[in-house]
Amino acid sequence: MSSSSSSTADSIEIDIRSRGGVTVVALTGDLDTSTSRAVRTDVLPRVEPDGKMIMDLSAVSYMSSAGLRFLLSLYRHTANHNGNLALVGVSPEIRDTMEVTGFLDFFVVCPSMQDAMSAVGAAL
Amino acid sequence: MNELARIDSHATHEYRGWKLRPGRPLPFGATRVPGGINFSIFSQHATACTLVLFEKRGAEPLVEIPFPDEFRIGNVYAMVIFDLDFENIEYGYRFKGPWDPERGQLFDPERIVLDPYAKAISGRDVWGVPTIPDAIFPHRGRIVFDDFDWENDRPPQIPVEDLVIYEMHVRGFTRHPSSGVRYPGTFAAIREKIPHLLELGVNCVELMPICEFDELEIQRVNPDTGQRLENYWGYSSIGFFAPKAGFAMTGRFGMQVDELKTLIKYLHKNKIEVILDVVLNHTGEGDENGPTISYRGVDNRTYYMLTPDGRYFNFSGCGNTLNCNNPIVRNHVLDCLRYWAAEYHIDGFRFDLASILGRDKHGAPLENPPLIEALAYDPILARCKLIAEAWDAGGLYQVGQFSDHERWAEWNDRFRDTVRRYLRGEAGQVLEMTRRICGSPDLYPWRGPTASINFITAHDGYTLADLVSYEQKHNWHNAEENRDGHGHNLSWNCGHEGPTDDPEINALRRRQMKNAICMLLLSQGVPMMVMGDEVGRTQRGNNNAYCQDNEISWMDWSMRESNREIFDFFRRCIGFRRAHPALRSEGHLTGTDRVGSGFPDISWHGLGAWQPDHSDGSRTMAFMLCGQHAKMGREPDEMIYVVMNMHWDEHVFELPGLPPEMAWYSFANTAAAPPNDARDPGDEQLLANQRDIRVIGRSVVVLVGRPG
Repeated sequence: MSSSSSSTADSIEIDIRSRGGVTVVALTGDLDTSTSRAVRTDVLPRVEPDGKMIMDLSAVSYMSSAGLRFLLSLYRHTANHNGNLALVGVSPEIRDTMEVTGFLDFFVVCPSMQDAMSAVGAAL
Repeated sequence: MNELARIDSHATHEYRGWKLRPGRPLPFGATRVPGGINFSIFSQHATACTLVLFEKRGAEPLVEIPFPDEFRIGNVYAMVIFDLDFENIEYGYRFKGPWDPERGQLFDPERIVLDPYAKAISGRDVWGVPTIPDAIFPHRGRIVFDDFDWENDRPPQIPVEDLVIYEMHVRGFTRHPSSGVRYPGTFAAIREKIPHLLELGVNCVELMPICEFDELEIQRVNPDTGQRLENYWGYSSIGFFAPKAGFAMTGRFGMQVDELKTLIKYLHKNKIEVILDVVLNHTGEGDENGPTISYRGVDNRTYYMLTPDGRYFNFSGCGNTLNCNNPIVRNHVLDCLRYWAAEYHIDGFRFDLASILGRDKHGAPLENPPLIEALAYDPILARCKLIAEAWDAGGLYQVGQFSDHERWAEWNDRFRDTVRRYLRGEAGQVLEMTRRICGSPDLYPWRGPTASINFITAHDGYTLADLVSYEQKHNWHNAEENRDGHGHNLSWNCGHEGPTDDPEINALRRRQMKNAICMLLLSQGVPMMVMGDEVGRTQRGNNNAYCQDNEISWMDWSMRESNREIFDFFRRCIGFRRAHPALRSEGHLTGTDRVGSGFPDISWHGLGAWQPDHSDGSRTMAFMLCGQHAKMGREPDEMIYVVMNMHWDEHVFELPGLPPEMAWYSFANTAAAPPNDARDPGDEQLLANQRDIRVIGRSVVVLVGRPG
């Protein structure tokens, strides 16, 4: 069964779909203090026990300190529910920023959606 | 969501649409609280204060909110502002108060000033580029996330006597194109060079000032290139709680706090300690003609040492002097260092011009300076190394007399000068050398060698390569007519001033560098070296390169290959020191046999074994360490014998006899061609002749005695 939703708040669009048992969240825009709040409201309830989630950041051009912290809290929330989370579409600049600020190591970062799907253990 | 909300986290007041409430005085600065930001700032002499908020990079204030009088607690103005998009806010303050320059009161509400407790400062987000050109208020406070996942970070807690300190300039370490790092000149780039530090064998980096400073504060230009000179070294802080944004690859995003903490986390993972060089003796506001950035506008009379007619004492040589023993400033300094220790997991502090920290508000030296005592006893700083540069620019010189409370170590410039004299072949130095080799018991009788930070080079003065290549300073590029920098360098250029093709001179220079490296690493006390000495970095004779943000000061990484010989020698000597606890005693050597080995812990020799020549004309010396005494007998070590022949002629040195089961092996001989100039520790060569050894003029030989 697939379900999807989409919303816009300030300068971010949030598109949530279900694909093969994986919740794929695609963001478009900047992830900062205010947009993180909106994403948190929409995405956190979608984290299920043993769930699989992919954050598609290919249309995210900028992540602030707040955005990085939100992602980490999402990762922890997922882990607390025994779930898996992978990131895809992380731009080289955002990836470098995450690495030098110490956030990268917490995540599974995949170069393609296919890799991300298998990384979170999607049924093929 | 199930947590009970505080009953005092709602707005109680309103100003022009902004919701606020009385704040809490502690902590000082700008702090995130539920729903908003708590702003707290103190000023003893102000009569009123206004918080000025800007949108990030905004030219004009977003709003100016006066602190209601009822929000004031003592001399502290505290206020919570709600619903701030704090990642995109910058802030400052205006103060009203007396204008009476002769009494040091300089309040001017026309000015916006920076919070002394700002945890991050905008304005120079990228090195050398003003964030807002020509801004009236260029250096602004930013609000940071202070949460950081240190995971299981533990301070390495390396015993002081086991440290090998590497003094590093953050930008200069990787800025040169040869570094090959992704983000040259940054905290992040240092991580990429950790393998180099590990290979070299150092276990502590001492970072030259990383608190925010204004690199654009200098007006002069390089006489050759016409380019404006910049303050590259950074001994001119404008905010003591903020790491320099321009040293961070993420400075332009305001993430320098996380980037620096991540660097420290990685250094600690690799068992490398981090010491900060802190410049708490003056600020970048200069004298009466300098810019008003922060302290002058917040509370001039409290923060600065003033003459009776309200002018600035200049014990720093930089225009002003921080009033460190005023109780308010003393607490501010304590807050600052506690902040770095607790929030950044810093392992130690080196205090620039530390004698200033012992002066009272009139500039007079104090018998038992309260600030020095407070730092020594502070519970948060209890395991931090405390290192004093125990002099200032106002005539105080306290090496050997700094008020230590059994905690403070000192930069030992007597070590530097004695070694430089002996190295260049001056007569009459042998007796002094014996004291320096022992960790200066004459200066630190009650402390032990751990009070002595031994160095031959530092950022001030020549690099090691220049110490053996120059006798004159060549600071013309500093545009001060070569008047700046020390004139008294105790160097020897080996027969030619500056670069030469002469192979004999160059061979002698390499040998002299190796001699110096041995003297540094084979002495009791704590060795410190300067970034780049391991590859023969040269500043072309500039001994005061504070304003040279270019190839003169930057580390040239291609020299790792072109000067591989020096690098290998240095790393083997560091490896030797780390392998031999006899070189790293925490208590003073006595010259007696305390463990019944048959040998004194240290003994002196000359051309004849057991016959030292400490006369005025002597230029030869040798010493032997008995390994059974190492670490007060707890870590038995091998015998070590070192000859330092600084005479120009070759001499034969009779070797002290060893117990019958032992023989002498050669670790180092600075006159030998690589790889026999220094072997890898453990790979020393058995000497065929166990009775005596020929030591070439101006060279050092190091032997180990072990069963064989």
